[in-house]
Amino acid sequence: MELAISIITGLMILGALYAIHARDLLSSVIACGIVGYSLVICFLLLKAPDLAIVQIVVDTITLIIMVAVVLDSSREEAFAKLDTQGYVTAATGILMIGVLLYFFINAIQSMDTLGQSTLRMANYYIEGAAQKTGSANLVTGVVFDFRGYDTMGEAVVLVTAVLGVLTILRIKGKK
Amino acid sequence: MKGMTLIVKKTTQLIAGMIFIYGIYVIIHGHLTPGGGFAGGVIIAGSLILVTLAYGGDFMKLVKEEAGTTIVESMATIMVIIIATAGFLFGTKIFFNNWLPKGIVGQLVSAGVLPLYNIFVGTEVAASIFIIFLSLIIFKEESPQ
Repeated sequence: MELAISIITGLMILGALYAIHARDLLSSVIACGIVGYSLVICFLLLKAPDLAIVQIVVDTITLIIMVAVVLDSSREEAFAKLDTQGYVTAATGILMIGVLLYFFINAIQSMDTLGQSTLRMANYYIEGAAQKTGSANLVTGVVFDFRGYDTMGEAVVLVTAVLGVLTILRIKGKK
Repeated sequence: MKGMTLIVKKTTQLIAGMIFIYGIYVIIHGHLTPGGGFAGGVIIAGSLILVTLAYGGDFMKLVKEEAGTTIVESMATIMVIIIATAGFLFGTKIFFNNWLPKGIVGQLVSAGVLPLYNIFVGTEVAASIFIIFLSLIIFKEESPQ
């Protein structure tokens, strides 16, 4: 399974790189779709169907909206020449990549293998969660019972996002 | 925004209802099978977006009147806020207390208030995602060419 996930992750990296460098913005959007749908397969392989359902639907809707935006505006990417600030930004980015790679390797070496360990809190959730919450789906039991405040926060975040979108997109405004 | 061809319209007529009912199924069975409020809400919003895309904004009479759009937009936002808060005020004098009887694990009517939370969160998610999509259409038609 780790081999399959490694191959799919490599495909995601290729898609992301192509999305950055594509001349045509429409093919760039489609390459973003590669990343999203590969993530769906990763979730299914890691036995997380709840996340997979949400990811596949949200990714489809996001692709529809992005394709509509690209078709409506321009398919050409606006290129800018590198100036001093651009070189500084590129150098900082390469430096950050090196630092993050070093710490990632250190962190991964001290971790257990994927899916083998359960955290102390997760153990408490898993033991007898069906009797405690009465829900056969453990994820719903955790999300709405043990972590109820998290779910309320997510709902409020969605409402705030809608308010922000409506505020920004309004062109005419009330005089 | 104009609609699409006759083939797309007919296919949408056949499919959109099934997608809607599948979203409701995912929400109602959220405490038994994978899925839940968020997944089902997004599926319902997807079916509504499909109808809007296939038939176009003119069919649903979304635009042309500035006052109409602002009223629709304000009412929809207020409804989202009411739904979002009502989901967490129902019956819980103590916040997030699972006060209903739990029932038998695995049956449709069980797990206390969890199905109610699923239904309200699903409605809220569907409404908010559909509002974002509709606002993109409405405000584009409103903008000067």
